[in-house]
Amino acid sequence: MYDHKAKPVSEHLLEVKNLTTRFYTEDGIVHAVNGISYTLDEGDTLGVVGESGCGKSVHALSIMRLIPQPPGKIEKGEVFFKGQDLLKLSEDEMRHVRGAKIAMVFQDPMTSLNPVLTIGFQIMEALKLHQGMDDMQARERTAELLDLVGIPEAAQRVDDYPHQFSGGMRQRAMIAMALSCNPSILIADEPTTALDVTIQAQIIELVRRLQHQLGMTVIWITHDLGVIAGLAHRVNVMYAGRIIEAGPVKDIYGNPRHPYTGGLLGSLPHPDDPPGTTLFSIPGEPPDLLGEQVGCPFAPRCTYKVERCLHEIPPLEELEPGHIVACWEKDKVRKV
Amino acid sequence: MTVETTKIAEQKDSQEVMLRVENLKKYFPIRRGVFQRHVGDVKAVDGVSFDVYKGETLGLVGESGCGKTTTGRTIIRLYEPTGGRVDFMGTDMSSLKGETLRQMRQKMQMIFQDPYASLNPRMSVLRIVGEPLEVFHLANRQERQERVAELLELVGLNPEMMRRYPHEFSGGQRQRIGLARALALNPDLVVCDEPITALDVSIQAQVVNLLEDLQDRLGLTYIFIAHDLSMVRHISDRVAVMYLGKIMELTDRDTLYSNPLHPYTQALLSAIPVPDPVIEEQRQRIILEGDLPSPAHPPTGCNFNTRCSRAQDICFEEEPEFVEVSPGHYCACHLVKPSL
Repeated sequence: MYDHKAKPVSEHLLEVKNLTTRFYTEDGIVHAVNGISYTLDEGDTLGVVGESGCGKSVHALSIMRLIPQPPGKIEKGEVFFKGQDLLKLSEDEMRHVRGAKIAMVFQDPMTSLNPVLTIGFQIMEALKLHQGMDDMQARERTAELLDLVGIPEAAQRVDDYPHQFSGGMRQRAMIAMALSCNPSILIADEPTTALDVTIQAQIIELVRRLQHQLGMTVIWITHDLGVIAGLAHRVNVMYAGRIIEAGPVKDIYGNPRHPYTGGLLGSLPHPDDPPGTTLFSIPGEPPDLLGEQVGCPFAPRCTYKVERCLHEIPPLEELEPGHIVACWEKDKVRKV
Repeated sequence: MTVETTKIAEQKDSQEVMLRVENLKKYFPIRRGVFQRHVGDVKAVDGVSFDVYKGETLGLVGESGCGKTTTGRTIIRLYEPTGGRVDFMGTDMSSLKGETLRQMRQKMQMIFQDPYASLNPRMSVLRIVGEPLEVFHLANRQERQERVAELLELVGLNPEMMRRYPHEFSGGQRQRIGLARALALNPDLVVCDEPITALDVSIQAQVVNLLEDLQDRLGLTYIFIAHDLSMVRHISDRVAVMYLGKIMELTDRDTLYSNPLHPYTQALLSAIPVPDPVIEEQRQRIILEGDLPSPAHPPTGCNFNTRCSRAQDICFEEEPEFVEVSPGHYCACHLVKPSL
């Protein structure tokens, strides 16, 4: 008999389709994520960039179904993970996906670790729950994991408390925890934002090594265009809850075709600037997301804006293979 | 001396020193037990010396906990220095007291990192920006209002907003309000303590451009404290790199970025991610091992010896001196020999 269920709905490891998340607050409806779609294949590293409030974190939390409901609600869309729609799973089934199949690392390692439990206990917890290991096995595996992420004398430090670790080591421990069940996808939400540059370089190097060693698939969320340049294969640029440009990393940086992407890249200081150069700056402020969007959300700040931008939301259109842009004036946009 | 170095020396002579910091120290005591016994010190700033010339921007960079903010705060006497001298326009700031100190404070102002914490939420913009004028009895109500309007315009805000409260403004606008307040008394020196760190990328460029524009128009001198080395490079004339309470290297920005001498500066520069995938692909990074040691127990010898890949025996025994290795280029490392 033809098994209808076995047929993969999607050939991709992860396929996000028209994901829409809103928050119903006292002030009104916050349109945090407005219909985003993309795919992710095994071994890919996807960079998600955007400023605060652009929906990049909410989109990740929606995939993991960690949106607090209420006030949040995933309104529409599908998230196919290995062909299975995560949004249709029961809470019980979802618990077997979270941590085991898709793991997440958060921005602030101090608030994501429980201060009264040892690092080892917190990693072993996941191993015992998802992999059914006993204490001995879990302990051994924990030491291995800490060693993998570069904690010196890992076997001894299993019993340390979070406060005995430095910021960089805590983030390493969080990565070890995320890797504990060999997840298919690691979602890293601004994992280096709270860290110093030299420690950030260590963590980036670690993730790069793990990509090679384990062939890990990574979604790396950040506001730092520098970090993504060295890590990601593909980039999604988000603004006001939408993907406004996406493509291979070299196309996005070398040939940005959305005025916002171009503006963001242009506003970074360049090493070859002579003294006294004025930085390019995008005028205005990011929009608040209350209320329905009419027209392109970037239009109020855009120098390329035409009449049409004010009432019609531009669709994402492919420029070159894999490079998509949502802009009515995309043919006129030049790199700053 | 070559033509080049003579030129630099001349340039230096012609510049007026506005602020001279000599061997500045700030220790925070560690106290334990019922009797609050003094058991040690956190050496947040441990003997830093540098000059700031009139009209320039001196960048002060380093990782968290290196003492850059404490240095800034000690200079404008928000902290009492433990030792050392701060000469500001010919006056020894570190020995001033009472009314003379209060009057001197008009000349140096500070902009803080977090625009959400540094503005009193219960005060209107008019009161926030006008408060310095009130404190120094410099204007009556009418004049104050006019001056605040002028200041708001100067920092690119609509003067009509002066009756509003901080929560009605975005982060970038709040930072502009903080700047207007700092400028209210026509200061000569402004200490900018990570003024753009809390802002969004697209807003950072706006604030940096504003700072540069105001410097040109008002002839301000800045000490720009930050950990973002690419922005420091953009805004500074000279840059000092701090590590664990000491300055490791100090020189003009182009020399620092093209020819860094201290191993720490080299590692720090190599750790900045470059927003260009083509460059990133080919770049060899120097990855520093380990973390910053605690400033309560700094290593003996050179502060950087626990993480330095080139450390020799001498680095563990003797503390390197902060010397001028070539004109205008100072460095504290045993391995860097002066070429003077």
